[in-house]
Amino acid sequence: MGLLNALRGADLDVRAAVSADTVDGRLPRLLVRPRSTQQVSALMSIATEHDAVTIVRGHGTKLTWGAPAPEASILLDLSLMNRILDHQPGDLIASAEAGAAIADLQAALSSRGQRLAVDTMVPGTTVGGLVGSNVSGPRRVHTGTVRDLLIGVTIVLADGTIAHSGGKVVKNVAGYDLGKLMTGSHGTLAVITEATFRLHPEPTATRWLSTRIATADLETVLAAACASVVAPSAIEIDCNAPDSATVAILVEGTGAGVAARASAISTMLAAFDLGPDDHDQAKSGLGDAQDWTLRFPFTTGGTQVGLKLTAALGGVVEVCAAAVAHGLHVRGSAGAGVLYAAAPTSITSAELTTVLSELRPLTARLGGTAVVLDGPRDIRSEVDVWGPVNGLPVMRRLKDQFDPGRLLAPGRFVGGI
Amino acid sequence: MSDASGSIAAVTERLRSTLPSDAVITDPTRRAAYDCDGLLHYRVTPAVVVLARDTDQVQAAVQACMTHGLPFVARGSGTGLSGGALPHADGVLIVMSGFREIREVSARDQRAVVDPGVINLQISQRTRPDGYYFAPDPSSQQICTIGGNVAENSGGAHCLKYGFTAAHVLSLDVVTPDGDRFAFGTRAPDAPGYDVLGAFVGSEGTLGIATSATVRLLRTPETVQTFLAGFADTDAAGAAVSAIIGAGIVPAAIEMMDALAIEAAEAAVACNYPAGAGAVLVVELDGPGAEVDSELAAAEQHCREHGAFEIRIAADDQERQAIWRGRKSAFAAVGRISPDYIVQDGVIPRTALPEVLRRMKQLADDGGVRVANVFHAGDGNLHPLVLFDDAVPGQADAAEETSGAIIDLCLEHGGSITGEHGVGSDKAKHMPKMFTEDDLDTMQRIRCAFDPTGISNPGKVFPTPRLCGEVPRRHSASDDSRTPTTTAGVEIF
Ligand SMILES: Cc1cc2nc3c(=O)[nH]c(=O)nc-3n(C[C@H](O)[C@H](O)[C@H](O)COP(=O)(O)OP(=O)(O)OC[C@H]3O[C@@H](n4cnc5c(N)ncnc54)[C@H](O)[C@@H]3O)c2cc1C
Ligand SMILES: Cc1cc2nc3c(=O)[nH]c(=O)nc-3n(C[C@H](O)[C@H](O)[C@H](O)COP(=O)(O)OP(=O)(O)OC[C@H]3O[C@@H](n4cnc5c(N)ncnc54)[C@H](O)[C@@H]3O)c2cc1C
Repeated sequence: MGLLNALRGADLDVRAAVSADTVDGRLPRLLVRPRSTQQVSALMSIATEHDAVTIVRGHGTKLTWGAPAPEASILLDLSLMNRILDHQPGDLIASAEAGAAIADLQAALSSRGQRLAVDTMVPGTTVGGLVGSNVSGPRRVHTGTVRDLLIGVTIVLADGTIAHSGGKVVKNVAGYDLGKLMTGSHGTLAVITEATFRLHPEPTATRWLSTRIATADLETVLAAACASVVAPSAIEIDCNAPDSATVAILVEGTGAGVAARASAISTMLAAFDLGPDDHDQAKSGLGDAQDWTLRFPFTTGGTQVGLKLTAALGGVVEVCAAAVAHGLHVRGSAGAGVLYAAAPTSITSAELTTVLSELRPLTARLGGTAVVLDGPRDIRSEVDVWGPVNGLPVMRRLKDQFDPGRLLAPGRFVGGI
Repeated sequence: MSDASGSIAAVTERLRSTLPSDAVITDPTRRAAYDCDGLLHYRVTPAVVVLARDTDQVQAAVQACMTHGLPFVARGSGTGLSGGALPHADGVLIVMSGFREIREVSARDQRAVVDPGVINLQISQRTRPDGYYFAPDPSSQQICTIGGNVAENSGGAHCLKYGFTAAHVLSLDVVTPDGDRFAFGTRAPDAPGYDVLGAFVGSEGTLGIATSATVRLLRTPETVQTFLAGFADTDAAGAAVSAIIGAGIVPAAIEMMDALAIEAAEAAVACNYPAGAGAVLVVELDGPGAEVDSELAAAEQHCREHGAFEIRIAADDQERQAIWRGRKSAFAAVGRISPDYIVQDGVIPRTALPEVLRRMKQLADDGGVRVANVFHAGDGNLHPLVLFDDAVPGQADAAEETSGAIIDLCLEHGGSITGEHGVGSDKAKHMPKMFTEDDLDTMQRIRCAFDPTGISNPGKVFPTPRLCGEVPRRHSASDDSRTPTTTAGVEIF
C-alpha cells in the first residue's frame, strides 16, 4: 500500500502539500494533521514502514533554523492539536497539546494571575515549537528557560512508540528526564505531543529601565547589575556600533518593591547615561525597553543571517565587541551570557565563514559557542552552522536509539544528525 | 573459578598495575565498610573498592570493568536514601569522596568548577564572602557530594523557589560506561545539541561517572525573613500555604510539621514551638528588602486569616536558627518517640494535601502504626515517617505495608514515587506503577546510548534491565520488596 493510502487508511487528515507548506525552500509531499497522540503514533508507525522522512511543524516560524532541512515525504502539522488540557492554579502547573499557541496558553493563565515565565514574541508560537527550539527571552535570568520550566512530556518516537516522562508535580526525580532531551532537539528525536509546565505568579508590578552608555563603561555596568541585590529579572544589551551600547534592566515584583528597586537601578545607570541617540532604535531611554528586548535583532524565516553567541558572564562584553567589529548588530541577555547577532543582509557565505572562524575560538575561550541560527538556505548549506559540539558521539548514539531510520528531519541538527 | 571471580581477579590485577597502591582495596573488612549507603536495610559488600582521586583514575577503573564485563557503582558520601550507591558483590565500587578540590571560583561569571567529591556546603562557604552561594541545599549538605547531588538531582527546602540541582549545573565532565570521556554542556547556557547534561542529571549513576562540574552560583539575597506559625491542624496550615501561593508569593521555603513531628522535635531539642499546635509552618522569604517586607506582611496575614493562633517572626539570625532547629531535627527526633521508622519520599499536587493527609491517617490507623509528617509543603513533597517497633511481632510488616500504600496514594493523586531521594534499589519495583512499559523502554534507549553493555550501576532505577539491541522482554519485579528502614538517630529529611 502506498504511503498516502496507508495514511488515509489510518483515518488521518492528509492532503498534498501546497506552496504554503514549503519547509526551508523544499516542498514536502504530504501534509498530515493528526488530532491526538494516538494519531501521531499511527502516523509515525506508517512513516517508519514507508521509510518516509518527516518534518514536524508547530507554527512554522523556525523551520529555517539549523542546517538545511531535507526533502520530506511528510510534513507533520500539529495545528489541530491545540487544546489547553489542564490548568491547576493552586499547584502552579498547566498542560497543553503541542500545537497550542503559547499566546492562548498565556491568556488562559493570565486570567488566573499566572504565567509561563518565558518570553514569546512571535504570534502563533506553539508549545511544541517553543520546546523544540528552546528559545528563551530576557526573563531567563530570573526564572530560567523552557528546559527548567518543562516538568512533563508526552512524546511519540519515530517508530510510533508513545512515551511519557515527568508528570504534573513540580518535584519529581523518578526515571530519566525525556523532557530535557526534547528541549532544543529541533524535531530530530521524537514528536512532542503534550507538555506540562510549572508556572509562576504574574508579578503585580513590572518596570524596565534602559540607558545608552559608552562601550568603555559596559563591563562596569553589567558587572554591577549582575552582582546587584535588587535581583533583576532581565539584563539586556543592544549594541550596533563600537562606541556605545544600550542596557536595559527589568525588575518585577510587588508595587512597593519594584519602585524601590527601580530607583536603585536608575541611580546606578544615571551615572553612565550618554543621553538619547538618534540612530539607535532603543533611543528613547528609560522605560520602554520591552519593545526591542522582545525581538531578535534579525528577521527570521531564512531571510537574514542570525547568530547565537554565548559566553560566561564576564565574557559578554568581549564577545559583543568582537561581533560588532565584524559589522554585526548584537542584542541579548547579558545577565545570562546569551546574545543574538544579526549579520548585514549583504553577507556572503565566505564572509560568514571568516566571521565564524574568529568568533568560535573567542566564544570557546570564554566558555560558550557561536551558532548560525537562521539565514538563507544557500548560505546555511555552505557554512558549518552548528560548529563544534561537546559530547557529539553520545548525541549520535541517542539519535540512533530514538530514530534509527533517520526519519525525523535528518541532517538539520548538530554533526549531521 | 567462576566467571565472575576470574574477572574480578583480572580487574584487580589491572587496577593494581595502573592505580596508586593505596587506591585499590581488596581487604574484606575494609571493603565491608562500604556495604550500604544511607539506606541501611540493603547491604552488599563490593568485590573491589577503588578510591579515585582524579579523572584518569576513574577512567582506568571504568575501562578495567568494561574490558572484563564487571559492573561498577560510583559512590560519593554514601548519604543516599534509596540505595543508589549499593555495591555489587561481583563489581567495583568507585569512591569519589577523595576527589574533592574546588578548582575555580569566578564571582563575575557566577560559576564554580568543582571536583565530584566536593561537599555541597563547601561551595557556599567558599563563595559567601564574595556574596554568592550554591542554591541546592539538601539537608545532608554538610556531608553529601556534588557528584551525588548531580546523580540524584537533589533538592532541599529552598528548591521551591530556586529549583533543583539540574537548574544549577552548566557543564559536566563524564566518564561514560564505555570508558570514554566527554564534556556535556558548556560554561555558558544553551550549549548546542541534545541536552545530554539534562538527561545525565538525576540518572542515579546509571549513565556514567561525573568527574567535574561547573555549577551556577547565585547572588545572596539582600534580606531573609523567617517566621513560624502555629495552627490547630494540618488542614488549616495547608489552607494557609494555598493562600500564600495563590496570592502570588513564592517563598524561599515553606515547610510543615504535624503534631506527632512537633512532639518528637520537642522531645529531642526542646524547640519550644507554639503550645498545643496541631501543625506548624516554617516560612522563609528572601530577596530585595522592600519586596520581602511586603511579602512578609502578606504571608503573615494569610496565616492569620487561616487560623494561625501564634506567629513568631525571627528578629535575628539566632532566632531564625531556633525556628529551623525544630524542623531540621525532626527526623532524628522521631527516634525519641519510636524505636524504628521508615522514611518515605513521595510527591502529590499540593492542593491534594488535606485529602492525602486524611487518607494517610486512615492507612496508619488501619495498619496499627503511627505516621509523623514533616515536609516541603510548597511543592507537595511528603516525607511521611512510618513509626513502628520491630520488637512487636508483625509491626515491621505493617509499617512496610503502610509505607507502600502511601506511595500508591501519591500515585492515585497524580504524584510521583520520589521527589528527591531517588529510585535507586529501593523503588525500582514501583516504577511500573508510575510508567508504562513503553515509557520504561524509551528510557532504556537513553541507557543504551550511554551504556550498551549495562555495567553502570545495573539494577538501580529500572526493575527489568533490557539488553540493548534486543527486543524488550519483561519479567516481574523482584519479590524482595521489604521496605528499608533507618536506625533511629540518623537525621533524614
Ligand atoms: C527574544 C526573542 C525573540 C524572538 N524573535 C523571533 C522572531 O523575530 N521571529 C521568529 O520567528 N521567532 C522569534 N522567536 C522565537 C520563537 O518564539 C520560537 O522559536 C518558537 O519556538 C517558534 O515556534 P513555532 O511553533 O513556530 O515552531 P516551529 O518553527 O514550527 O518549530 C520549531 C522547531 O521545533 C520543531 N518542532 C515544532 N513542534 C514540534 C513538536 N511538537 N515536536 C517536536 N519538534 C517540534 C520543529 O521541527 C522546528 O525544528 C523569538 C524568541 C525570543 C526569545
Ligand atoms: C540526613 C540526610 C538528609 C538528606 N536530605 C536530603 C534532602 O533534603 N534532599 C535530597 O535531595 N536528598 C537528601 N538526602 C539524600 C542524599 O543526601 C542525596 O541524595 C545526596 O545527593 C547523595 O549524595 P552522596 O554524595 O552521599 O551520594 P551517594 O549516596 O554516595 O550516591 C548517590 C547516587 O549517586 C551516584 N553517584 C555518586 N557520585 C557520583 C558521580 N560522581 N557520578 C555519577 N554518579 C554518582 C551513586 O552511584 C548513587 O546512585 C539526605 C540524606 C541524609 C542522610
